[in-house]
Amino acid sequence: MILTRENILNFVITAGLILVPIYAVIVEEPFTITLATRAVIFSLAAVGLNIALGLGGMVSLGHAVFFGLGGYTMGILAFHAQSYIPLFEWPILIEGTKQMLVVWPLAMIISAIAAFVIGLLSLRTGGVYFIMITLAFGQMFFFFSISWSAYGGEDGLSIYVRNQFPLVNTLVPIQFYAICLAILMLALWINARLAKSSFGLALSAARQNTERVRNVGLDPTSIKLVAFVISGAITGLAGALFADLNRFVSPTMFSWQLSGEIMVFIIIGGIGRLYGPVLGAIIFVTLEHFLGGISEYWLVFLGLLLLLIVLFSRGGLVGLLVGRERVHE
Amino acid sequence: MTLLLLENVTASYGKAQALFDVNLNLKEGELMALMGRNGMGKSTTVKVIMRMLRGTGNLLFEGRDIMGLPSHRVAQMGLGLVPEGRRCFRDLTVAENLSASARLGYWSLPRIFELFPRLGERQVQVADSLSGGEQQMLSIGRALMTNPRLLILDEATEGLAPIVRQEIWVAIGKLKAETGIAILLIDKSIKELREICDSATLIERGKTVWTGSMKSLDSQTLDRYVGVS
Repeated sequence: MILTRENILNFVITAGLILVPIYAVIVEEPFTITLATRAVIFSLAAVGLNIALGLGGMVSLGHAVFFGLGGYTMGILAFHAQSYIPLFEWPILIEGTKQMLVVWPLAMIISAIAAFVIGLLSLRTGGVYFIMITLAFGQMFFFFSISWSAYGGEDGLSIYVRNQFPLVNTLVPIQFYAICLAILMLALWINARLAKSSFGLALSAARQNTERVRNVGLDPTSIKLVAFVISGAITGLAGALFADLNRFVSPTMFSWQLSGEIMVFIIIGGIGRLYGPVLGAIIFVTLEHFLGGISEYWLVFLGLLLLLIVLFSRGGLVGLLVGRERVHE
Repeated sequence: MTLLLLENVTASYGKAQALFDVNLNLKEGELMALMGRNGMGKSTTVKVIMRMLRGTGNLLFEGRDIMGLPSHRVAQMGLGLVPEGRRCFRDLTVAENLSASARLGYWSLPRIFELFPRLGERQVQVADSLSGGEQQMLSIGRALMTNPRLLILDEATEGLAPIVRQEIWVAIGKLKAETGIAILLIDKSIKELREICDSATLIERGKTVWTGSMKSLDSQTLDRYVGVS
């Protein structure tokens, strides 16, 4: 690892994510840990989107689909576990579960399957049509979740106790936070490796010039589809964690506003920058908390911030802090 | 042995027909010039060969019909294109541009840097920061990294300084002498084409009007169909 300005910034952000909750434990402010957990989970969702948006240039306004699917996977499994009603009795008996290690892979697989289908259909188009199709899928899932009364419909589903993880007491905020942070770090590591791999190069190339990519024997559509599936799976995992944080899932997890928010995190932080989504989500959650306490119209200030960033720093805050172009070592 | 064969190829941009009857026969290891005035269908022919534009007629590569294949498939089969206007992946470095398209075979990063030492010196620079000539070399290198059987160069020396052009021509000469790759060349430098190419195919108004060895191409024919001799 070479000590570039970007690496230093990434290190500072990581250190902050480790130290702030520890400080919160010392001064006994558990709510700060909850806020930090929220920021970390949103970061994870945005890291997922950043693979599609930043590396692949796919402007998906439907990533809440995966966030919601992850959430509902967790919610439905936990609902069946806490009510002792099996999920299926035929052809084989499948019961609900409260084990995170079962819920997570399932949330990712279900999100990945949805991403595959949505990607397959929407990648036939590009530009504004791609945005509209992903948005349309988002709305479809949103209204479906509202009308699915078996799982709470509009009211959502409450989960009494947080899911379990071996050797960890997930109900202790700092311990649950540690799990989320570890997953975020893993996702960032995968993202960094992916960007440097030959697949990542091909994806970057496909973003920049579709025709030329074909001319060198690569199929841009399948490359983008794979990236979209990986992206959806990561955002889905974030959804499962978010449901566990709130012990509640509702159709708002599918809402297009949430898709927009995930994208806003990335735009604030820096599109295509490794820590862009993380910085963006931290700032969003911080502003939401502090400005939200001052005025219910806090989104006006967020809008202003977004405007300034888009106008004056095309690389987002990461670009503003460490320079625009990524450094090649 | 015939490597690339076009018979009665036609193609249209919407309602405007651009190719009426293109015929071309390129043998293995052959260096052929595709000549004609501007707007006569040279680049359109290349687009049909690379399957970027739908066409009709026979299009065979190594005896296999490729008319129905998608463009990435024909590239995988061994057709490498250096497109008009270079178009490197501008946010990727030189080495990344080359690696993104790499397929196993004779050509590898060290071999490309041997052919174009300038690229070797600029491995870690992003393509956007290269000069026009270097981008052209990168574009050729990128096509070679797919280890093609046939390399198509569409206006590879256009808009470059004379000294850089010379470097590119030297490189093309080296390719021919050292690797035996077949090359289809479109270029405005008639003098160099005459020196380096084995054969020529002349196109006018979307039709093949002359084909034969470069030696047998007389200045009268050249003047008539290309406008210079």
